[in-house]
Amino acid sequence: MKILVCISHVPDTTSKINFTDGDTKFDTNGVQFVINPNDEFGLTRAMWFKEKQGANVTVVNVGGPETEPTLRKALAIGADAAIRVNTPATDGFSVAQQLAKVVEDGGFDLIIAGRESIDYNGGMVPGILAGLTNMNFINKCIGLEVDASSNAVTATREIDGGKETVSTTLPLVIGGQKGLVEESDLRIPNMRGIMMARQKPLTVTEPIETNAQTTSVSFEKPAPKGAVKLVSPDNLDELVDLLHNEAKVI
Amino acid sequence: MSVLVYTESEQGKFKKTAFEVASYAKAVANQLGTTVTAVCINSDNTDQLSNYGVDKVLTVNNPQLDSFIAKSFAEVISQATEKENAKVIVLSSSANSKYIAPLLAAGLKAGYTSNVVAAPESTSPFSVKRSAFTNKAFEITQINTDVKIVGISNNSFGLVESKGDAATETFSPSLSENNIKVESVDKATDKVTIADADIVVSGGRGLKGPENWGMIEELADVLGAATACSKPVSDLGWRPHSEHVGQTGKPVASNLYVAIGISGAIQHLAGINASKVKLVINTDPEAPFFKAADYGVVGDAFEVVPALIEKLKAFKAQQ
Ligand SMILES: Cc1cc2nc3c(=O)[nH]c(=O)nc-3n(C[C@H](O)[C@H](O)[C@H](O)COP(=O)(O)OP(=O)(O)OC[C@H]3O[C@@H](n4cnc5c(N)ncnc54)[C@H](O)[C@@H]3O)c2cc1C
Ligand SMILES: Nc1ncnc2c1ncn2[C@@H]1O[C@H](COP(=O)(O)O)[C@@H](O)[C@H]1O
Repeated sequence: MKILVCISHVPDTTSKINFTDGDTKFDTNGVQFVINPNDEFGLTRAMWFKEKQGANVTVVNVGGPETEPTLRKALAIGADAAIRVNTPATDGFSVAQQLAKVVEDGGFDLIIAGRESIDYNGGMVPGILAGLTNMNFINKCIGLEVDASSNAVTATREIDGGKETVSTTLPLVIGGQKGLVEESDLRIPNMRGIMMARQKPLTVTEPIETNAQTTSVSFEKPAPKGAVKLVSPDNLDELVDLLHNEAKVI
Repeated sequence: MSVLVYTESEQGKFKKTAFEVASYAKAVANQLGTTVTAVCINSDNTDQLSNYGVDKVLTVNNPQLDSFIAKSFAEVISQATEKENAKVIVLSSSANSKYIAPLLAAGLKAGYTSNVVAAPESTSPFSVKRSAFTNKAFEITQINTDVKIVGISNNSFGLVESKGDAATETFSPSLSENNIKVESVDKATDKVTIADADIVVSGGRGLKGPENWGMIEELADVLGAATACSKPVSDLGWRPHSEHVGQTGKPVASNLYVAIGISGAIQHLAGINASKVKLVINTDPEAPFFKAADYGVVGDAFEVVPALIEKLKAFKAQQ
């Protein structure tokens, strides 16, 4: 089984979000970048397939040279090889087009992506990739088993208010998230992994021509919040009144 | 040319978001000077849609669509788009709609943008405001394609009543083979889900132990709310994982979020700050959650919550 794990390189959640160039660009100054949390769960599940079922695992990012430390981290966690498609990620559609080319060239059978990136929160890339490559697609995937001899897949996905079990076959794209593995099983690179990662191939490929279907025009920060209205615990009638008459939520 | 809206139902009954996306579609249609067509898959009582400005309803009734298969649903919407020559497609942010939308985008080569929070800023070029960076910022996105797909963030636009005609027409799209089969569904049907709830009542580690959740459930009951919890609470096994909200859990975009005994860590806030109004009950006046809250009570949950339940019961009885 050849697995491709799509890695998006995102600011850590605790980062301050600011913009430059007249509020048209995300300000990366002082921001620490990490593997998108949803992709971290997917990568760890891929490691399980590697160790238990002999799968080969490649990680990929569509982005500039600044994303290489994130790919190296994925190699240190245990991926066999990395690919960087050398173009800035602009919109979900064009990223999916680049990834579709990587999938086609590499003959991958299982594509593990994340439900969404925590930066732009698009939730677009995995589904569009599945559509473009005509592969099966399972979104919000929280459990994944593959019978490597028959290519049969059993997966669990989160639905509003519960979960469901579905069956399908490879080739498959998933939008994964927490649940694919336990959080306590997430891996952090150790010294040996970091050393080994230096020997592993990180291939840079040039992009194909794509068409951006959406353009990011500008950013705005939410209006500063007013101070909290504190109500005394002895005056809960006032609270009920505020919720009813002022906030109009009850 | 028209605006097409996918009005979602569950077991035949429209979800509340169906009326919200219809209201949104009507606003876009007004901007464009056109009409709204709704696509309904195995829905009852489609005439309700005429209260939200829908002019025409394509009703699809097909037992093959009884279980949710995203690819088939995308095929239905895609063929409806072509039939109606629609230029804008509006969907909700439900788990199912977020599953359908990218497949639809790939099939129609249409630009898609999710988490949209307001009516278009302009229709030519077509640009919308969406939330990004886990609600820490808004992005103005322009969609450049001929057909545009817009996913609306829950509770961001609200329900807007306006009279439509909702004339129905039976629609029988052709469905291709699909390779995904739903084997079993595990879902509590008697509870309000976090995704659909107007109000969410959430408890944190400040509640000390699972035995103290009775009052949380009772408060949720009085308010018709869904229950949720912070991450450590589900990690400790006090509550099921399905209740965990926050950056690594479920997102919440309710009208009212009530946080009880939750400190307000940034990873928690990232998942819930799309909620309109936040009420925080915490013993510690320095708890970071108060900075993000609209209303706050500094006090012991074990005293405040039971008292609040009584006040709310009295209030509801008067209504
Ligand atoms: C990568 C990462 C991802 C994370 N993702 C999430 C996530 O998705 N969701 C999430 O929730 N957390 C998440 N966390 C954890 C987060 O950082 C906090 O640790 C967590 O939210 C704290 O939970 P809590 O507020 O319930 O507990 P605590 O921080 O222990 O707070 C308990 C609060 O209860 C108050 N209290 C105590 N007694 C009472 C009483 N009698 N009455 C009223 N109040 C009382 C205290 O004053 C305190 O403010 C994540 C952390 C990391 C590192
Ligand atoms: N630039 C990128 N390179 C590689 N994978 C990506 C990229 N952007 C998004 N993805 C993948 O698509 C998932 C969803 O991202 P998004 O559609 O941007 O919310 C991420 O979790 C990644 O797995």
